[in-house]
Amino acid sequence: MSTRLAKQGRLIDRSKQVTFSFNGTTMQGYEGDTLASALLANDQMMMGRSFKYHRPRGVVASGAEEPNALVGLGQGNRFEPNQRATTTELFDGLTSVSQNHWPNLEFDVGAINTHLSRFLPAGFYYKMFIHPKPFWKHVYEPFIRKSAGLGKAPDKDSRDADTYEHFYAFTDVLVIGGGIAGLQAAKTAAQSGAKVLLIEQTAHWGGRAPVDDGTVNGEPVDKFVEQLVSELETMNNVTMRRRCMGAGVYDHGYVLGYERLNDHKPGTQGPRHRLWRIRAKQVVTATGAIERPLSFAGNDVPGVMLASAMRDYVVNWGVTPGEKVIVATNNDDAYRTAITLKHAGVDVLRIVDARSAAGALAEEARQLGIRIDPGKAIAKVKGGKRVKKVALCNQDGIGGAREEVECDAVAMSGGWSPVVHMWSHCGGKLIWDEGHAHFRPDPSRPPLGANGEGFVVAAGSSNGPLALGDVLTDAHAAGKAAAKAAGFKPKNTKAPAGETTTEAPMEAVWLMPSSADIHLRMKSWLDFQNDVKVSDVQLAAREGYESVEHTKRYTTLGMATDQGKLSNINGLAILADALESEIPKVGTTTFRPPYTPISMGAIGGEARGQVFQPIRQTPMHNWHDKNGADWEPVGHWRRTYAYVRPGESVHDAVNREVKNTRENLGLLDASTLGKLIVKGPDAGKFLDMMYTNMMSTLKVGKCRYGLMCSENGFLIDDGVVARIDEDTWLCHTTTGGAERIHGHMEEWLQTEWWDWKVYVANVTEQYAQVAVVGPNARKVLEKLGGMDLSKEALPFMEWRDGKIGDFDARAYRISFSGELSYEIAVPASQGQAFWDALMEAGKEFGVMPYGTECLHILRAEKGFIMIGDETDGTVIPQDLGLHWALSKKKEDYLGKRAHSRTHMADPERWKLVGLETVDGSVLPDGAYAVGEGVNANGQRNMIGRVTSTYYSANLGKGIAMGLIKHGPDRMGEIVDFPGTDGKTYKAKIVDPIFYDKDGEKQNV
Amino acid sequence: MSEPISALNHASYDGGIARVEECGLQGMITLRGDLSDKVLAKAVKDATGQKVPNQRKALVNGDTGVCWMSTDELLVLVPYAEVEAKLAAMTNALSGVHALAVNVSDARAVFRISGASAREVLGKLAPVELSAEAFQPGQIRRSRLAQVAGAFWMDDADSFRVVCFRSAADYVFNLLKVAAQPGSEVGVY
Amino acid sequence: MLILNCPCCGVDAEESELAAGGEAHLKRYGPGSSEDDFHDYLFMRENPKGVHFERWRHANGCGKWFHAARCTQTLEVFGTYSAQVYEPPQEIKDAITAKRPGWTWRDFS
Repeated sequence: MSTRLAKQGRLIDRSKQVTFSFNGTTMQGYEGDTLASALLANDQMMMGRSFKYHRPRGVVASGAEEPNALVGLGQGNRFEPNQRATTTELFDGLTSVSQNHWPNLEFDVGAINTHLSRFLPAGFYYKMFIHPKPFWKHVYEPFIRKSAGLGKAPDKDSRDADTYEHFYAFTDVLVIGGGIAGLQAAKTAAQSGAKVLLIEQTAHWGGRAPVDDGTVNGEPVDKFVEQLVSELETMNNVTMRRRCMGAGVYDHGYVLGYERLNDHKPGTQGPRHRLWRIRAKQVVTATGAIERPLSFAGNDVPGVMLASAMRDYVVNWGVTPGEKVIVATNNDDAYRTAITLKHAGVDVLRIVDARSAAGALAEEARQLGIRIDPGKAIAKVKGGKRVKKVALCNQDGIGGAREEVECDAVAMSGGWSPVVHMWSHCGGKLIWDEGHAHFRPDPSRPPLGANGEGFVVAAGSSNGPLALGDVLTDAHAAGKAAAKAAGFKPKNTKAPAGETTTEAPMEAVWLMPSSADIHLRMKSWLDFQNDVKVSDVQLAAREGYESVEHTKRYTTLGMATDQGKLSNINGLAILADALESEIPKVGTTTFRPPYTPISMGAIGGEARGQVFQPIRQTPMHNWHDKNGADWEPVGHWRRTYAYVRPGESVHDAVNREVKNTRENLGLLDASTLGKLIVKGPDAGKFLDMMYTNMMSTLKVGKCRYGLMCSENGFLIDDGVVARIDEDTWLCHTTTGGAERIHGHMEEWLQTEWWDWKVYVANVTEQYAQVAVVGPNARKVLEKLGGMDLSKEALPFMEWRDGKIGDFDARAYRISFSGELSYEIAVPASQGQAFWDALMEAGKEFGVMPYGTECLHILRAEKGFIMIGDETDGTVIPQDLGLHWALSKKKEDYLGKRAHSRTHMADPERWKLVGLETVDGSVLPDGAYAVGEGVNANGQRNMIGRVTSTYYSANLGKGIAMGLIKHGPDRMGEIVDFPGTDGKTYKAKIVDPIFYDKDGEKQNV
Repeated sequence: MSEPISALNHASYDGGIARVEECGLQGMITLRGDLSDKVLAKAVKDATGQKVPNQRKALVNGDTGVCWMSTDELLVLVPYAEVEAKLAAMTNALSGVHALAVNVSDARAVFRISGASAREVLGKLAPVELSAEAFQPGQIRRSRLAQVAGAFWMDDADSFRVVCFRSAADYVFNLLKVAAQPGSEVGVY
Repeated sequence: MLILNCPCCGVDAEESELAAGGEAHLKRYGPGSSEDDFHDYLFMRENPKGVHFERWRHANGCGKWFHAARCTQTLEVFGTYSAQVYEPPQEIKDAITAKRPGWTWRDFS
């Protein structure tokens, strides 16, 4: 059994007991425990089941690389699946549940998959689902749906209870990893005066070094770490963050740090996670190394664990995973685990060493009375939910002549792989180190920064060196190199002297025993989480998969949430062997950020709830909100679609507004329309280029409707332009077009006609603008008093400045409705007061506010086009019958050349017409018109489409506009519009002006 | 004339790691022109008492001053009540040169962030280095505040003034409240 | 995520402050131009692996356009310069030559 030891546990506080639960069972642990160490202390070795075969799985590692011990943490609004027990700090009241089983962890129906494993080989999904076709719906899909997804999604009604944030940080040197290498590199770099940010993913400084023997400058490692940390803490140019993982390294020194502020104390004030968006001149990756498992049959049985992890559990948390342990290794480091266990009073039955000879550590173990079996291997681990016994054999051979030994835990070590993720994310290359049988960073091919030079330096064991002394020397040099590359002068200091027992060379062992038979290989796991075995990779190779990237996807090796931290090197070694190639030739898969999964909350940062995205508000926004506004998003603006009164449907409200505006008086908040001031001696010439029609000839005091095209001829915006004085124009743009058109104008002024004397300013939000519309429009304004707004004083398509009531106002006599209409601009700070004044004065004239849908219907009744409805980025003015707005006098304007291209001048282009259904109903929006014959695909030929369609309460029927092939020549013809509802709508082609064709109403 | 009202009418937030308040109405003139022109410099001096600022400098004293916005643009700050008069004088002074002066007071909202953690509050929203070595009173920076454009300068060592578009005032205020929430000190600046 | 120095306001701006504007130094063809010239002006763009010239706008900043010379393969930035020029200034060309001897791009080298 796994149990808490009487002594040891450098990270736990035995005076502080913590209560938590696992699958509903209450358990005890200590402050400083991880969930994994606390579960082990409670003899809970089995922590979950694997993804594909639902095999029982125990914890195999002690840190971020853990593939098995994934749990659902928390409850309700704080439930989160797939959390690693090994990196979850224990706190009082923690609740956890295991995953991937039904009905429970101990007894799981899905475990039948393990017996079906011969039918679920590599590439299963690719092979099986091709045929027979009917199987897809009734067999495959239900099966996949049931087995899809690791862990359980949070309840659909739950909402994340926490907040998150980003933080933009800037530093000369960023050090990722707070082990001894990171601490030393940070110190060396900081001594140069460089600003240093040091981040560490765990809650502790010092990494794994304090777990092992060894001294630095004659002192124990723990002491050295303590001194280093307190030294760094006193340096003003150093910032240190624990619980902050380097998640990804990106171009130009951009690095994401994932800080978990409250995961160990949920519900505390403040954000739960903070995403550090770091810009560093130089990055030191001191991310350590990860031990590799050995591939032997049954290496996934709960109780089989990495040797280093077992040592961590004993030293850091005072927990032993077993009472009778067998150690299997191909290197000296695992002997440290045997020695540690022995000192802790745990029975170490054997050290099974695949090599023929070991070094000084073996001697130390032997003196402690531990039996060492050189040249031996584990043939098979026996046991289901827990290791029961181990069959041993010779490493050379197929695994015969076995000896069985009863035990309850196995520590395995296949050597160490540097954590090269941070080095590799942004393009750093690797080299194969034959001596250590691992990939390490190639210092001659680092990731390149903005200046074309390397910006990442690897330090310590993430760079290859594994011995304490070498690690410190390397880290010291890395700190200096980074400081220098960041523009600082490193101090002439010496690296601290680290001493540790010298290790004999390791020997690469990719399979145990070396020629294991197929029965063993089918039980030798490479990827624990995704259930990929040695036999699967070999099968893939036999089936022709030569690229490691393809093999990964075919077998799913390394595709689990741990991204192959334990499995990748073993897997590609097996692949290389099967291909009779060499490991460096096969290469690695791509390392992609994030290093371990980070929360969606952290990625989103502050952008949730109220501030998910900006919502732009006009000065009268709150009034609309209080008066029944049914909101419509227009760009980032919110505009009122209709003002819905109690008891009314939205449709009722729209019809009421439409009728009232034509019959009495309507008010529209038009503040969102863009307003650009264009001024300068060349402003007229410039606007003549921007608009298709002539703006330079517009008289002061007058307005003109203008069209804008892009250089390739398509309509991009429209609006009314007013000439303010000799060299000043005010250009209205569409709602949401202000920033775009402002940018468009600036682009041409800055990058093409930079010698033209023109300035543009966006004054959209300086004004609240109200459209006062309807037969009573003049009456209400005259009642407010002030400037003369008579037909004679302010004719149609002119503007005047003056007073309306108390308000400084600019009145434009323009109409988008066909009614008598004024658009009045007042300062935004008085917009609400002006609106109130109009509502009050308008009472006797039947005033009602109206929304965007009413606006649309009124303009459609008049056949006025709307950018974004009648246009979609492929429509030119000629399509819409707007030839009159295309100046023939001007030599040039944006779009003019394009309009003469063959396709643009093609008479077959669809043209704007009005449409009326035969029965008065409303045409479906976007419906296509079909004509005679079929196209090459057998589909009916399309001859046009609906661009705008409404119910007109004024006309008592549906009206629409559309683009129809030869439309204007086909007046009176009936066209078919098949709807998505299966019905075919019949509509007659008519003139697009449905109402007041002569424009008498707007001109009174 | 009715009483003019700013976008959020002096809304404020306390209780977090910094105080956030909407400053009310501020007279603002966008002035575009040749920044080396003497006539323009005199117009700026007459309006604000300040010289034309150098690149990314803000010469602001309370509600009066001038900020560098780009190579041909200044933001002139004057008391709100005086903006029309100052604009008229400026326009008059600039009548002989190619320049554009326009009142944008109502197109903007202004916030103040104050307190020991003010730098950090802004550092959560703008991709800008805000350490005391990098950013100090006298400088202005135009950037983004999360998803909208914004500009800011420091009035003193512990307080910023932030300018954004009026329509985004509600968004920016809520952003600043989230960034200033209790317990969210970063501990860097 | 790139950082480009805006030559107009001097800020080292990260990409989220910038808007990309496509290829630099395009020559505009208007009315009267041949079909081929106009077609190329509208649609034909360089897509090099290596030295490239682009237009960028400091959109969330000073609002100005500028030019950048950079390597599309390594993302190395050789320099940024004014948008109001018809070809890269000599010091930009020299900076590229120092790193990529023998480079060419359209008519420049």
